[in-house]
Amino acid sequence: MNDNDLNYWGLDYPPLTAYHSLLCAHVAKLIDPTWVELYASRGHESPSHKLFMRATVFIADLVIYIPAVLLYCFYLRDGSAKRRVAVALCILLYPGLILIDYGHFQYNSVSLGLALWAVVGLGLGQDLLGSVAFSLALNYKQMELYHSLPFFCYLLGKCVKQGLTGRGLFLLLKLSVTVLLTFALCWLPFLSDPGQVLQVLCRVFPVGRGLFEDKVANTWCSLNVLIKIRTILPSQIQLLCSFVLTLLAALPSSVKLLAKPTLWQLKLALVNSSLAFFLFSYHVHEKSILLPALPVCLLINDLPLMSIWFLLVSNFSMLPLFMKDGLLMPYVVTTLGFLFFSVYLLSALERTTVAELRLESYQRLTHACLPTLNLCSVVKWKFFLSLVGMAALSLASMLLDPPAALPDLFPVLISVFSFLHFLGLFVYFNLVQLTEPSGRKNQKKAN
Amino acid sequence: MAAPVTNEWKWFSALALGVSLLKCLLINAYHSTDFEVHRNWLALTHSLPLSKWYFEDTSEWTLDYPPFFAWFEFGLSHLAACFDSEMLAVQNLNYASPATVLFQRLSVIVTDVVFIYAVKECCRGVWDEKRKDLLEQPSFILATLLLWNFGLLIVDHIHFQYNGLLFGILLLSIARHFQGRHLEGAFLFSILLNLKHIYLYITPAYGIFLLRCFCFTCSNADRSVQWRSFSVLRFTVLGLIVLSTFALSFGPFIALGQLPQVFSRLFPFKRGLCHAYWAPNIWALYNVADKALTVLGVKLKLLDITKIPKASMTGGLVQESQHSVLPSVTPLATLICTLLSILPALVHMWFRPNGARGFLRCLVMCALGSFIFGWHVHEKAILMAILPYSLLAVEQKEDAGIFFILTTTGHYSLFPLLFTAQELPVKILLMLSFTVFSFTSLKQLFRKGGRLLSTSEAVYLLGLVPLGLVCECVYPLTTWQKSFPFIPLLVTSVYCALGVIYAFIRLYILLFTFTDCGTEAKMKSQ
Repeated sequence: MNDNDLNYWGLDYPPLTAYHSLLCAHVAKLIDPTWVELYASRGHESPSHKLFMRATVFIADLVIYIPAVLLYCFYLRDGSAKRRVAVALCILLYPGLILIDYGHFQYNSVSLGLALWAVVGLGLGQDLLGSVAFSLALNYKQMELYHSLPFFCYLLGKCVKQGLTGRGLFLLLKLSVTVLLTFALCWLPFLSDPGQVLQVLCRVFPVGRGLFEDKVANTWCSLNVLIKIRTILPSQIQLLCSFVLTLLAALPSSVKLLAKPTLWQLKLALVNSSLAFFLFSYHVHEKSILLPALPVCLLINDLPLMSIWFLLVSNFSMLPLFMKDGLLMPYVVTTLGFLFFSVYLLSALERTTVAELRLESYQRLTHACLPTLNLCSVVKWKFFLSLVGMAALSLASMLLDPPAALPDLFPVLISVFSFLHFLGLFVYFNLVQLTEPSGRKNQKKAN
Repeated sequence: MAAPVTNEWKWFSALALGVSLLKCLLINAYHSTDFEVHRNWLALTHSLPLSKWYFEDTSEWTLDYPPFFAWFEFGLSHLAACFDSEMLAVQNLNYASPATVLFQRLSVIVTDVVFIYAVKECCRGVWDEKRKDLLEQPSFILATLLLWNFGLLIVDHIHFQYNGLLFGILLLSIARHFQGRHLEGAFLFSILLNLKHIYLYITPAYGIFLLRCFCFTCSNADRSVQWRSFSVLRFTVLGLIVLSTFALSFGPFIALGQLPQVFSRLFPFKRGLCHAYWAPNIWALYNVADKALTVLGVKLKLLDITKIPKASMTGGLVQESQHSVLPSVTPLATLICTLLSILPALVHMWFRPNGARGFLRCLVMCALGSFIFGWHVHEKAILMAILPYSLLAVEQKEDAGIFFILTTTGHYSLFPLLFTAQELPVKILLMLSFTVFSFTSLKQLFRKGGRLLSTSEAVYLLGLVPLGLVCECVYPLTTWQKSFPFIPLLVTSVYCALGVIYAFIRLYILLFTFTDCGTEAKMKSQ
C-alpha cells in the first residue's frame, strides 16, 4: 500500500475486484513469477501472459455470468424449450459485453453477472440471497450503483406491501442486516483504520475528474456540442446539476416500482434507472452503457424489436473505443451476427402489433391528430433507417478521414446519434413502465 | 414440414451466415506455411508467363497443383492487386502484410460459397417429409455436419487451404449423380481432377460407376450387367467431356513440351513414406512396429546398433527413410496395397450396383483405402472420406455409427496441425461442440434403431479425452518435451490409426452384408 505508484493505473474499484486480482495473481505466480513483479512487469505482454489474462476473463464469465443467464432463461415460464434456448443465445451474443470484456479487457461479466444473480434471486422469491448477490456486485464495481435504486425500491416496496408493522418490518430488518454484513465482510481488512476506508472511498469515487471524458453519448456531452457547459459553469454547479437531474429522471420509475414491486416492474425500473444515470450522471464512461444493456437483455423476449434496437445502438455507441482498440473485425462480425440471429430467432420483425410493441400511449397521443397513422410500420421504418444510419456512420468512421478542421467529427456524430436514440428509448421504456395498469396479469412468476 | 417453399431454407441461410461470420473471426489466427505457398503461387502466376509457371523455383514452395488451380490463382491475383500489390512479387518471400492476410483469408471465405451451394443441393436430396421437427430433419443435420465441419474449418480457415472450393465441387458432382444428371457430375469431377490431383484416389469409383450405370443403360433383374445395353453414344459423350477438360488444362503445356516437368512437379515421389505429421494410417503403425522391434532387437542383442540408419521419419518433407527391421516400403508397394484394398468395393459395385448411393459408398471406401495405404498421405486427406460420408450417415443407423467413429478420430488427428497456444481454446471448443452435436443429433435421429455405439467403441472414443489432455497440456510441461518432442504426435497418430482402420473394416462388412432393397425405392424416386 505504501510503495505503490498511484498514477500508474492505480486501483480504483472496490475491494472485491482487488481480491479477484489477488486470486488471479497467485495463479499467475505459479505459472510464471515474472508476470507479477511490482514494477518490472509493467507493460509486459507476452503471448502466454495474454492468453492467461484472457483465460481469467473467460473463467469468470463461465463461473458467474453464463450460469446466471442460463438460469434466468430456464426460469422463464412462457415459451417452449427452444424459445428459451433462443433467448439465452441472444443474450449471450450481445456484442457490447463480449467486445468490452474480451477485446478491450475488463471484468464486467462478474459485476453484471452478480447483478443478474440478484435479479434471479429476487424473481425466485429468495430476497436475502438476492440482496447478498447485489451487495457483492456493488462491492465489485461501484458502477452498480446505477442499479441500486431499483433494487432498494423493490425490496422496500415489498416490505411495505407485507405491512410495515408485521412481516414487512421483519423482512426489512433481515435485509438490512444481510446487506451490512456483506459489506462488512468485503471491507474487513480495511475496517481496522478509518483512514483506509476514506482512502478507498476517495479512489472509488473520483469527483475531481470532470463532467465527462472523451465523447460519450449522454446529455452533457451532447449539450456541449451546442453550448460549452463544461467551461461556462463552475464544477460545483455541474456536480449539483447532474446530481439533481439524475435523481429527477430516475424518480418516476422508482416511485412506480415502490408502489408495485413485481419482477416485470423491477426489470423495467433497472433499465430506466440505469439509463437515467447514464444520461445525466457525472463522469460517465461510454462503457457504462453496459449497465442499462443488461436489463434490456432481460426484456428481449417480451419487447424483442425495441430491445434489439437499444442493444444495437448501445454497441454502436462504443465504436470509437473499439476503433482505438483495433477491434473492427470482431465489431462487424459480432454486430452482424447478433442482428441477424436475434431478429431471426425471436421473430422480432413479425411480432409488431401495437399491443406487442406496447405503443398504446403513443397511439393515444397521435390518434387525435393522425388517426390513420400506422404506428407499427412507422416504428419498423425508423428501425431500418436507424440501421442504415449506423452502418453508414460505421463505414465512414472506418474508411474515411475526418476533415482537418473537425478531427473529432465521427466520434461526435456517433455519440450524438446514439444519444438521440437513448433519449427516445428512455422515454419509451418509462412510458411502458408507468402506463402499466395496476391489475395487470403478469406472464412471469410474480412476487 | 408444411412451411412454404421460401421459408424452408431460412434455417439454411442462418447456418451459412453463422459459419461465415465465424470464419471472419478466424482471419487473424495462426496460419501455416500453406499461406506462403498460395501467396507464392499468386505471385508467380501473376508475374510470370505460362511457360515459366512449372519451372519457377525461387521459393521452395513450387507449383504442384494441376493447371486449373494455377489459372484460379491467376484470376485471384488480379483481385489481389487491389489489396496489396507487394504480395505479387515473387521475391517477396514470406510476405504477410495485414492486407495480404485479409485478402487471402477473404478469398477462402468467398470461394466457400461453392461449398455452401453444393451442401444445399445435397440437403435437397435427403429432405424427409415425415419429420416435422427441424432439429430432427436429416437435411438440417447434414447441413450442420457439412457447413460447420470442424476439420474443414480448421484446415481451411486457420491452417489455410482452399478445400471448401474443392470439396464444394466434389459434393456438387455427387449431388448431380444423385439427381441423375450424370454428365454434369462427370464434367464437374474432371474439373476437380484438374484443380487438385489428389482426387485421383477416388477416380476408380467414378470410372466404374459411370461405366456400369451410365454407359450400360439397363441391368438384368438380378442387377447383373446387360452387355447388349452398352450405349456407344453415352460412352463417347462422356469421353469427349473428360478429354476436352484435360485438353483445356494440359493442352498449353503439351504444346510447350513441358509435360514431363509438370508431371514431376505434380508427383514428387522423392518425399518420404510419411508426412511430417504422421497421418493416422497403416504406415504409422508399421513405422511404430519397426521402431519397437528395433529397440527390442537392440536390447536382445539381435541387431547391431551401428548398422541401423539414423531414421528421423517424423521430420522434414523431403526425406526417403529406410526401415530397420521390417522390409522398406516403396511407392509401388503402397500403390499395390491401395489397389488391393479398394478392389473388392469396386468389384461389388460392378456386380451389385446400387445407384448413386452405392457409388457414394464406393467413393468413400476408395478415399479411405487410399488414405490408409497411400504414399505420403497428409492427415488432411481424411476429409475426403469424412465429408462425402456425411450424406450416408444421416440416412442409416449403421452408417451413422461408423461415421461418428471415423469423424471423431479423423478430426482429432488434425489437432497437431494447430500447435500454438492461442489456438488451443478455439480448437478444443470447436471440436467438442462438433462432436457433441454430431453425436446427439445422430442419436436422436436414429433413436428407434437402438444404440449408436457399442460400449467398446464408446470407451475408445472417450479415451481421446485423456489422450488430448496429456498431449496438449501435460506433456509440454515435462522434461521429455525437449528430448522426445515427437512422442505426442506418434501416440496421436497410432491411436487414431486404430479408429480409422476399424471404421474401414466395418465399412467393408456393411457393404457385403447390406440388404439394400429399401434404397431401391428411394433411388427410383430421385
